[in-house]
Amino acid sequence: MSQRQVLQVFEQYQKARTQFVQMVAELATRPQNIETLQNAGVMSLLRPLLLDVVPTIQQTAALALGRLANYNDDLAEAVVKGDILPQLVYSLAEQNRFYKKAAAFVLRAVGKHSPQLAQAIVDCGALDTLVICLEDFDPGVKEAAAWALGYIARHNGELSQAVVDAGAVPLLVLCIQEPEIALKRIAASALSDISKHSPELAQTVVDAGAIAHLAQMILNLDAKLKRQVLSALSQIAKHSVDLAEMVVEAEIFPVVLTCLKDKDEYVKKNASTLIREIAKHTPELSQLIVNAGGVAAVIDCIGSCKGNIRLPGIMMLGYVAAHSENLAMAVIISKGAPQLAVCLSEESEDHIKAAAAWALGQIGRHTPEHARAVAMTNALPILLSLYMAQDSSEDLQIKSKKAIKNILQKCTYLPALEPFLYDSPPNILKHVVGQFSKVLPHDSKARRLFVTSGGLKKVQELKAEPGSLLQEYINNINNCYPEEIVRYYSPGYSETLLQRVDSYQPLI
Amino acid sequence: MATLVTLQNRLQFIESQYYYRNRFVDEYRKKEYEAAVKIQSWFRGCRVRAYIRYLNKMMTIIQKWWRGYMGRKQYRQMVKTAYLTMKMNFYNEMAVRIQKCWRSCKIQKYCFNYYYFKEYLRSISDTNQAIREALEEFVEMQGREKKKADREKEEKRKQHQARKTHYLLSTKQIPGVYNSPFRDPDPMEFELQKVRAFQMTSPVPRIQQTDYEDLSSWLACTSKRAFPRSDILPPINRKQCQGPFRDIAEVLQQRYKPLQPTLRVATSINAVKEAQEELKREEWKNRVNDNVFLPFSNYHKNEKYIPMIHLQPKYNGLSYGQKQFQAEDPEKWISNKNFQTVFPPFVLFDKYGKAYSRAGEIV
Repeated sequence: MSQRQVLQVFEQYQKARTQFVQMVAELATRPQNIETLQNAGVMSLLRPLLLDVVPTIQQTAALALGRLANYNDDLAEAVVKGDILPQLVYSLAEQNRFYKKAAAFVLRAVGKHSPQLAQAIVDCGALDTLVICLEDFDPGVKEAAAWALGYIARHNGELSQAVVDAGAVPLLVLCIQEPEIALKRIAASALSDISKHSPELAQTVVDAGAIAHLAQMILNLDAKLKRQVLSALSQIAKHSVDLAEMVVEAEIFPVVLTCLKDKDEYVKKNASTLIREIAKHTPELSQLIVNAGGVAAVIDCIGSCKGNIRLPGIMMLGYVAAHSENLAMAVIISKGAPQLAVCLSEESEDHIKAAAAWALGQIGRHTPEHARAVAMTNALPILLSLYMAQDSSEDLQIKSKKAIKNILQKCTYLPALEPFLYDSPPNILKHVVGQFSKVLPHDSKARRLFVTSGGLKKVQELKAEPGSLLQEYINNINNCYPEEIVRYYSPGYSETLLQRVDSYQPLI
Repeated sequence: MATLVTLQNRLQFIESQYYYRNRFVDEYRKKEYEAAVKIQSWFRGCRVRAYIRYLNKMMTIIQKWWRGYMGRKQYRQMVKTAYLTMKMNFYNEMAVRIQKCWRSCKIQKYCFNYYYFKEYLRSISDTNQAIREALEEFVEMQGREKKKADREKEEKRKQHQARKTHYLLSTKQIPGVYNSPFRDPDPMEFELQKVRAFQMTSPVPRIQQTDYEDLSSWLACTSKRAFPRSDILPPINRKQCQGPFRDIAEVLQQRYKPLQPTLRVATSINAVKEAQEELKREEWKNRVNDNVFLPFSNYHKNEKYIPMIHLQPKYNGLSYGQKQFQAEDPEKWISNKNFQTVFPPFVLFDKYGKAYSRAGEIV
């Protein structure tokens, strides 16, 4: 046999391996093939190929493994159980950039499913090599490593702490400053994942000087990058007043308000989340946002979108209004209350309605002036109907009841209160009658109107237990009117009159 | 004696008398005794009662005085307290009045200042208005940019399409598909007329844009490599160093400001020489024939070169501008060449440490 024939055997073998790996990688992209592949024992076949002599085969095998592990957590667990991770980690440090990319992809795919799997990756010592990969020259490798780190840090505080301890944060901050948009995006996302767990982790991110760079990128044209940047900033700001102030000091206002007008829905959502996280801490921060015109921008943003995108904006209005009456007034004059009432009526999901109800309650609870502004938007009947509706969730019922109570206790705007006399349950009726009993003694026009609109009649028909608070309120109202009128409107008065006719002896 | 007899006569009587009397006494003794007791007891009783009455009277007097004293004392106390309470009430009332005024004043001035509040609300609505307008403008601008980009893209696509289907252009003889003789020509037809078809031949060789910098060009060298450029942001937050140093911002500004060379430095030393060489090269390039053309006629052939009279040595030549009138001591020279002066005057260095402006002038 000639040398050529001998070599041909090897060549064929190599071709077959390449083809196999490529086909598997191809097949693994489609979800419907995964089960078949798994049943055919693809894991045990791919594992030796990771140690193949040909680099292309190694890379493709890693790619196929990553795709499989990406699919569900059973396969990811199979990767962990098959002792593949140590090999990957070993070769992550040694091989060329294509292999690094593929290996980081596998780690990412495994780590994304559950904290246990991510912990398994950490136990293999992958963090150190991934951090070394962050220093690579190739942006693709950096990107893959940052992505894997982000997915590991996402699960819980301990894993994030492990990532931080491996020294990833300063390198991620350097990655943000790279020119490649994709790398920036993923590094920002990883920083967001790290800082979301605890104030200490967020503080480490801040100490690495991330805020200044993140704040610079708010005006970037790329929508996905903006999403991640805003998310990272809000995750940093959410923990404490200090961190929120650090974020504010990076001069993100009024720049961030432009993001509320973005075409991308998630940019809007993340921007409102950022503003909410800052506003919720102290009245001063809220005041700063109000002074920057943030409330108006958020209200416009709420008006321009639907569903879950609105939620952070609605909550932000509630937080701002909850701090003080001046801030609540600012929300009112920025036309926040009508917008919230619109949200309350047109949203379909209970939790958004609940948030809107809560925000309205926060706005209206300060002074009669506030309550009046809320009542004028016609939100009270909607709140009542939400409270009474059978299919509302428990949370929504509680929130709307509280809001109604808060507003009613301050409300002196009688036209809005009047409908409540007719169709409200006793526990709310109590507050309504109480408000009437407070206002009527001092307002003669209202007294007249109360009689002509039939309110007095309704009050006489109420059944109150003697000695209860309600009875007291009713007595207060009755004391505002002459006795004849009260008697005239009492139920059964006509019968007593007729009885008197019966018993009357004619004078002639 | 007689007396005696009388006496004796009387004795009888006396005895009887004595007897009677004793008997009488005895008879009444008890009664008398009882009477005496009664009388005594009555008298004593009277006396004791009188005494007690006296004591009681005294007691009443004492009590009257004591009670009067105590009463007065208590009364005085009461009056004092009442006076005090009255005073305190008055003071409190006045204090309330003062506090009321002061608090209302304070609250109206600092907390619920109506005008301030109005101003605050007005400013907020102004800000809101401004920010709404600004955002509106921003969105509009974005929309415009997007539209422009879209339009450009569309234009490019159309042009590409037109170039690709350039063969559909109508010729003088045959009208194309877009140019129906029965209708007005399609806009695509004009598009086709405007563009050029893709060349089927091999593409034009690209002119290589090398980023080659002539290292001999001193200015380019400094600007690109030697000095940091100002478009790199200086470090964000650095602590102030301890000691008598200048403000960091100032130092950084000095350090990172772009180089502004003087005009003399801005041109290179051998610019003239380079220009000559360049000219020569250009000439050489454009020359068709390297052999110098000779004049056609033989008229000047035998003409002799006659130098100028001033250049002839026997007239001593021109001394001005060529000859030095200063005393020279060639032994002290370290080199035979003259120095080339290219640097700015040294006045600059006298004022070292002050800010410079362009062209070395001192501000």
